Order: sequence, then C-alpha cells, then structure tokens
Amino acid sequence: MNKIILIKYGEIILKGLNRPIFEERLIKNLRMAAGDDVAKIWKAQAAIYAEPKQDVDVDALALRLSKVFGVVSAAVAHSTDKDMDAIARTTIALISNQAGKTFKVEAKRADKKFLPKSPEICALIGEKILNAHPHLSVDVINPDIVVKVEVRDFAAYLYVEKIAGVGGMPTGSSGKALLLLSGGIDSPVAGYMIAKRGVQLYAVHFFSHPYTSERAKEKVLSLGRKLADYCGKLVVFVVPFTDVLLEIRQKCPDEQMTVLMRRAMMYTANKIASKIGASALITGESIGQVASQTVEALVVTEDAAQFPVFRPLIGMDKEEITQIARKIGTFETSILPHEDCCTVFTPKHPTTKPKLDRIKQSEELLDFDPLIDSAIEGIEEVVLKRENRWTY
Amino acid sequence: MDIIYLDNSATTKAHPDVINEMRDIMENNYGNPSSLHSMGVNAERAVEKARVCVATPLKATPDEIYFTSGGTEGNNLALIGSYSAMRVKGGIITTKAEHKSVLEALKNFNNISYIDIDGKGAIDLESLKKQITDDTSLVSISHVNNETGAIAPIDKIGAIIKNKNPKCLFHVDAVQSYCKIDFPKAAADLITVSGHKIHGPKGIGALYIKKGVRITPLLYGGGQERGLRSGTENTAAIAGFGVAASLKFDLEYIQKLNSALRRKLQNVVINSIDGSPYILNISAPGIRSEILLHALAQRGVMVSSGSACSVNRPEPSHVLTAMGLPRELIDSSVRISISIANTVAEVSAAADIINETILLLKSQLRRY
Repeated sequence: MNKIILIKYGEIILKGLNRPIFEERLIKNLRMAAGDDVAKIWKAQAAIYAEPKQDVDVDALALRLSKVFGVVSAAVAHSTDKDMDAIARTTIALISNQAGKTFKVEAKRADKKFLPKSPEICALIGEKILNAHPHLSVDVINPDIVVKVEVRDFAAYLYVEKIAGVGGMPTGSSGKALLLLSGGIDSPVAGYMIAKRGVQLYAVHFFSHPYTSERAKEKVLSLGRKLADYCGKLVVFVVPFTDVLLEIRQKCPDEQMTVLMRRAMMYTANKIASKIGASALITGESIGQVASQTVEALVVTEDAAQFPVFRPLIGMDKEEITQIARKIGTFETSILPHEDCCTVFTPKHPTTKPKLDRIKQSEELLDFDPLIDSAIEGIEEVVLKRENRWTY
Repeated sequence: MDIIYLDNSATTKAHPDVINEMRDIMENNYGNPSSLHSMGVNAERAVEKARVCVATPLKATPDEIYFTSGGTEGNNLALIGSYSAMRVKGGIITTKAEHKSVLEALKNFNNISYIDIDGKGAIDLESLKKQITDDTSLVSISHVNNETGAIAPIDKIGAIIKNKNPKCLFHVDAVQSYCKIDFPKAAADLITVSGHKIHGPKGIGALYIKKGVRITPLLYGGGQERGLRSGTENTAAIAGFGVAASLKFDLEYIQKLNSALRRKLQNVVINSIDGSPYILNISAPGIRSEILLHALAQRGVMVSSGSACSVNRPEPSHVLTAMGLPRELIDSSVRISISIANTVAEVSAAADIINETILLLKSQLRRY
C-alpha cells in the first residue's frame, strides 16, 4: 500500500486568471515545509499530492504541511489501482485499524470515465466492508467512521481521517508587513492573522537591556519560531532600545512615557519597513485593553506611523485572543514571566487620553533622530526557520 | 570580553582535576558498582574512595556518608526521612531564612515553628532555648545562609538543643559551608552537603547521618547506599565529588578577596555582616537588583539577585525579608559570591565595574 498526502486548498479555487500564481506559490511553500521528506509534489484536479520518501513519518509530515497557509486539509491517503477489487481490499484493511461501530463510504469520481458511478462505488465497497467486518453497521447520518474513496486520474485514493489545515492564503502571495512583536499574548496572534492572509511577515522587537532580561529576548525569539512554523521563515529585528527609552524618561512627564514610547517604536518601525520594502505595520493592539490602547492613544500612536497599521485584534476580547493563542501554540510561551520585567518604564498613572499637540510638544524636547538611527545600526537580525525535525 | 564569575554560591566551575577524574571513570571505570565482576568491584572502589574524601572535611566516618543527587535531595531525605521514621512526631523548629528545599520539604508536616533572626541574619538563641521542649523532635538550621553568608553558631545551637532535649534531632544544611569554612560537627545528627558548590560536578551531594539515627528512604529499589538511597550510583560524579572535597580551600585567601571587594565598592550598602567571607550581599538603593545584574552581565561580571523583580509577581527575597531589611534594600540587593578560583585582580576589576555601573545607572535614571 502506497501512502500519499492529499492536500486540499480552498479560497484559491475562487481566484480567476490569477489562480495558477497562487497555486504555484502554495506548492513552493509546501515544498519548503516538506524539505527533504518528499519525493515529489504535484498538482492535479484542484488538489495537491505529496509523495513522501521512504521511511518518512507520513503522519508527522501531513501535520506539518497542514500548517502551511492556504491548506484547508491534509489527509494521509492510500493509493491503489483504479480497480474495484483493489479499492475494496485497501478500504477493508484501512478500516480495521479504526475504532467505532458504524461507518459510511463517501465516493467521489474526479475521473468521470471510471465506472461504476459514485453511489454504486459506495454501495459495493460498503457491502464488502460489511462482509469483512460483521461487527460494523452502516449509518449514513451519523457514522463513527467515514471512509473516503476518491477516484482520480492516475489512481484511487482512500483515507479515513483528514487533518484540518490552517486555511488562508499562501505566504508571499500578498506583500510584506512588519510586526511589532513584544513578548505578550497579543502580538504573535496579530502576526499570525495577517500572515494567514498570505502576507510575508517580518518582526521587530524592542529590547531594553539591562532593564529587561536576556531571557525576555529568548522568549520573543521562541514566539517567533512558533510563527515560523506557519509562515516558513521569520526575520526578527532586535532593536536595542534602552537609550531611546531613557531619553524619554529623563525629559518628559511620567504619564506620557508609554505613549511617547509607542510613537518612538513607530518611528523606528517606519525606518525598518522602508528598508525591507514592507508596505504595512502590524500591532496586537485591541481597543481599551491597556492605557496605551484607548482610541485616543491609538490615534496618537497612529500619527507617528508612515505606513498603514494593521490591527487585526482591534475589536477582540482578551478571551478571544487567548483562544487563538492557544490554538496556534504561542500561549504557553507568552505567559512565561519574563515580559517587561521592570517597572522603570511603566508609569504608575499613564495618561489614557493623550492630546496629540501636547505629546508633540513633549517630543520637541527629545532628540529622537540620532538615537533611533543608532538603535537601527545596533539591530541584531535573527532569522528563524520552520524546524523540520520537530513533530507536533 | 573577559568573564568575571562571581556567582559561586549558585554554582562553581569544575576543577580540572575533577574533570579528569570523571573522564577517567566514564572512559575506563564505567562498571556498575553492584555488578559482581571485576569491573563492578573497581567501580565500587572508586565510590568508596570518594566516600572517605567526602567524610573527611566533616570529621565523619565514611559509613556515615550517603550519596544523594545534591543539596535538595539531601535536605528532603534528612527532614522527611528522619521525621517519617519517628514513632512519636513532635514539633519541628526552623527559621524563615532557610533554603527553599528545607522550607518546602517541611510543608509536608504540621506543627512547625520558626525562630526569629535579626538584621544581621543571626538566630535568636534565647528564643530557641525557650521554644525547645520535650516535645520537639527536629530542628533544622543552615550553617551558612546562601543569600547573606550569615553563619549560625552550630556548636552553640547543638548544645542548646541537646541540653534541653537529648532526643531531638538536629539537621544542618551545610551546602554553603562544606569544605569552605570550618564545620564544628559537634551535635549535628544530619548534615547536607553538595558537590557543585565546591568545584565538583552538579547532580551529586551527600547526607551525613550520624550512627544510630533512623531514616526512612525516599527512593526504593535496588537497595544501594545501604538501602537509604536506591538507584545505580552516579560513579563519575561521586568520584569527581571526592576529588573536589579534597581540594585546598584557603580561607585566608578568600578573606583577602573579600576585603579587597569591601574596600573598593562605593555607593552600596553591605547587607552581609560578620558572615562567611565567600558571600557579600550588597544593595545599591534605587536600582532594582535585576537591572544591576543585567547591566553587570553585559560587562562580563556575573552575580546573582536575591529577589526576582516582576510587576505582577513581586517576590522579595524571603531571607532578607526575614531579616527585617527595609524594602528599598531588599529590592536592590545583589549577591556577590567568590571562590578559590577567583583572583585578586578579578575581584578588583569587578569592583571597579560595579562602581561604574551603579553610577551610570543612577545617572540614566535621573530626571531633568
């Protein structure tokens, strides 16, 4: 029995003349995710097939491929000759490993020249399964086991389980954006949501050593690695930001600290985005979550951005964000206690309704440009890649 | 950048002789001491040789030494093991400045009382005298406190305990003093020691159990360590531990390093008073421990902070809190711990770096 991974994609099918571009991009991304584990990947009849090399853990590979944006489902299928006896033999073997008392067979003929037709395939195969496994019975409404039979151009593919994919659009099919990545719960989720739409992700992290610890940076990088599991590759720019923060702290009113800091981050992000050719910034802000995320504060922050700022979490509750964080596997890392360890840069009573003109007045006291330039010069560029050895 | 390692109370660098011994055991003498053949016998010999070396600094006999996986297991075995073995379970006395492995292990039992310590970390002997009664079963006090270096007068404490209640067991956590400062064995029934604080390997320690003291094991199995600690002996680590325990720990040299540090440090409050010269706990008021620690690490000087600084999870040092230090000193406390591997030039350079860093951080945090 040959095993093959059968990958379905969704939204791309709706594309018109551009469809091949998206498909090729998806195949390229899948090939990258599969690495040395596949012998070949090809597309036929709105599905993608990945043939694993010998001795590869096929289930682990399917799971990995299911996390590539654009994939709606991945199934480990057994391929057989397009012959009813062979199909019956394989399905009987396949179903014997499954737990459950009831089953149904779902057949699909992509190859319309193949006979019998789908309903008859279901009936014939169902009958053979019943004969071979007398303890099973048929239930077409609510079965424990669904056996899928797909007769396609070169072979028939049989499978019982499929892994839900992450969906979305293939990474790289829709421009570049720069994510402001802290160590918290929100920003990795925001990055994931935009990356899911096919945007190639870059990240910037503001590091204020020695006021935050080396471990806080490690934490951010391990969050980045989780994102790289989905988007394949993530470059994180670690910006040494201490001098900028100290400048603000020394010269400006305490309650403006946070807002001025956010603006300084935007100024820095602007420059990095221009350099890498990104066309938008991404933040994990959500209205009212903290003092710097009131509508008034967001307006003041936005004013410092030269690019559109994507805030996919803007209308979401913490609970909803947390749910996604758990699903994509960043939550456990995000709640490690290394974040913003010291209180030096967080005022006791931050202003929740900053006025743009007042903030701008404060900014005039600051000599940002040279500080930001030297922060950018000090950037540590960390390239994170999907770890193919890991199984999830 | 040169690293100046001044976190020797956390752990130490293994001595080259220790590494050579361990390599030799792993390469050539890798038998299981329980095996009947000659390789088993050779491995057993290495273990027994180390047992003598580990016993010597405690003025103990080798058959009173039981190898464990380190200080934490030693403290757990001593406290849980001895208390569980008692027919009549009376009161337990300790201080709030003990290591977590003592405090947390004792949480398994009720009727624990704590004796006070003063601002120097010294134990109130009068209050100890009052608290010990005929019902007291167990007293646990560390010889040298791991955060401040305060030394407890173990001989006096032992005498007080045994005069009031000869049946009461006395456990001493000597992890920070073993080999380093003279240990007045006197009246201790149980003594915990560890390998990696004295330039030996991690994952190995020993418990001294005075002859006649009854202990219930924590681990069951093949009956190694005379039934008290089952599990195949960690032969390489045991042998390395033996070599480390035989090293020369020159207290005068350490005192010289310590006074060099004290002489050179500026703008700090010294929280360690009359303690072990291996440990110097200082505070630079106004600069949180972690900030100073990270800034020093950036400059190659490795120290440790007693208190973890966190917005949501304030965890001031339980030792300094027990000493009644003001919060400002606790939040800014940093522990410098030296060893025989440090040089005068190193500590002197470190003191300069600490002074400069404190001034720099103070100026950074100043407002205009």
